[in-house]
Amino acid sequence: MSDTTVRPGQEHFVAPLEETPLRAVDAVDDSAPPSSQWGEAWRQLRRRPLFWASVVLIALVVVVAAVPSLFTSTDPRFQTLADSLGDPREGHPFGFTRLGEDVYARTIYGARASVVVGLLSTVIVTIVGGVVGAVAGYYGGIWDALLSRISDIFFAVPLVLGAIVLITSLQSRSTLTVSLVLSLFAWPQTARIMRGSVLQTRSAEFVTAARALGLSRVQVLVRHVVPNALGPVIVIATISLGTFIAAEATLSYLGVGLPSSIVSWGGDISAAQTSLRSAPQVLFWPAGALSITVLSFIMLGDVVRDALDPKARTR
Amino acid sequence: MGFYIGRRLLQMIPVFVGATLLIYAMVFLLPGDPIAALFGDKPVNPGVAAQLRAQYHLDQPFLIQYLLFLKGVFTLDLGNTFSGQPVIDVMARAFPVTIRLTVVAIIVEAVLGIVVGLLAGLRRGGWFDSLSLFASLLVIAVPIFVIGFVARYVFAEKLQWIKASVGPDPTWGQLIIPGIVLGSVSFAYVLRLTRNSVAENLTADHVRTATAKGLTPGRVLSVHVLRNSLIPVVTFLGTDVGGLMAGAVVTEGIFNIPGVGGTLYQAIIRTEGATVVAFVTVLVVIYLVVNLLVDLLYAVLDPRIRYV
Repeated sequence: MSDTTVRPGQEHFVAPLEETPLRAVDAVDDSAPPSSQWGEAWRQLRRRPLFWASVVLIALVVVVAAVPSLFTSTDPRFQTLADSLGDPREGHPFGFTRLGEDVYARTIYGARASVVVGLLSTVIVTIVGGVVGAVAGYYGGIWDALLSRISDIFFAVPLVLGAIVLITSLQSRSTLTVSLVLSLFAWPQTARIMRGSVLQTRSAEFVTAARALGLSRVQVLVRHVVPNALGPVIVIATISLGTFIAAEATLSYLGVGLPSSIVSWGGDISAAQTSLRSAPQVLFWPAGALSITVLSFIMLGDVVRDALDPKARTR
Repeated sequence: MGFYIGRRLLQMIPVFVGATLLIYAMVFLLPGDPIAALFGDKPVNPGVAAQLRAQYHLDQPFLIQYLLFLKGVFTLDLGNTFSGQPVIDVMARAFPVTIRLTVVAIIVEAVLGIVVGLLAGLRRGGWFDSLSLFASLLVIAVPIFVIGFVARYVFAEKLQWIKASVGPDPTWGQLIIPGIVLGSVSFAYVLRLTRNSVAENLTADHVRTATAKGLTPGRVLSVHVLRNSLIPVVTFLGTDVGGLMAGAVVTEGIFNIPGVGGTLYQAIIRTEGATVVAFVTVLVVIYLVVNLLVDLLYAVLDPRIRYV
């Protein structure tokens, strides 16, 4: 290194430091504790207004579903035929249904059926689909072949169609039976996603390391594979919560969902179609409430997906 | 290739048997006596009931019933409806209508969804992208039967472009609006899939190489970006065919189209087991065949995929 003179033709071009991304690399504090996948996702989410908008909407719907009496003191089942399809007036801001029920009270009380069916179905589908997918993906071989064929069978029957056929054979219908029927035909999708995600995680080095450290296969699956493979499943769970609410409404609309003794948006929309011309507000409010609820869950799923996907983190 | 198709066809057998058995069990194993329902409010005549039970094999054990049904499927004898018509005749009337409706829906969702999704994906984050994403969320969130009512109200009652009730033997023109309604939700999904896929592929190495070696933007877009982006879209369209035919239950009800959805729904409500099982079986077969075709299409879209 003694001869520092550069002869012609031997110049090496070195970019000035500020034109290279090296500073950003130097600025990374490598003594800081490593942030987890979830910590990173949360930092992303916190900055998205869409995330907060959907969280606020979902919180509102859940509160309405839990304690509807906070929002109205009118009985949603009280009928005054003199008010049939009546216009809004003092104390009844959304007007009246054909049977003279208060539309506002029915819209408030209808939230519970939708939220309960949505939550129940999502929990069942996530647990069943998650377990089946994890076992199929992790153990492979005969387990994979068997479980994948079984989920193919349920996947081949369209959700709403299978639900209609099964539900018409049932004697009693409640939020629980509707959720179970929807779950029966919806779990294969979650199982497929979980299986794919586990297959990717299974070959990671930390999984081999955990096995080498002497953990049993089950321990590795539960402690290392599943937590790292859960991202896509959580995204699909959030989105399908909205889909289940819409599916329940479709069943109620077809007259095979919840019985009319349970106030539900789907049933109200179905009843409102005969009065669409004379009193569109009777259709508008339950349909609007249903749409906003479905919309907020789908939006939440979208932003969570973006936050969990490092490739989408361009901003 | 031939070997691959053969293996896939073999794999379809257990799924077909499983799915039909599932439907068969749901229809026939669960409580409720269709023969008693047939008599309505009148007292059940035991002689006639026994004769009907024998005719529909309802007196046999469940598995025998199912095997007789499978035999019927392969000999194209799907039994009679309770009003005496052969189920296959009912199908011959219903399926052409619904297939036409589904074709309209698929054309709408595929063409519009891919074009709008491509435009949105090319300018990711731009105003058109934000607008189309928001519009697609709205279409997904509003239940399809509400979209249907509003469409019927606007186009049939206000504008009088179509008849509110389509009736038997509909023309293609009559099916355009119902087809758009049927395909609207899937249109939103196709749009979002295309948009994400295009946006991701735009930054891929092979696209940069294609641009760097001097290809025209049009060729880069059509051959290198769009073709690769279509794989998830085609997968979705394949799984969607079954969903569309089932979704026709709602759409056909709203516009009074006498297709698969309407017939099937009536049959379910009247617990006409033979009709329900036959229709759902055909839908399952359509679903399985379309998915096989989709897998074969992959090789056309992505030359890296070879089936052996």
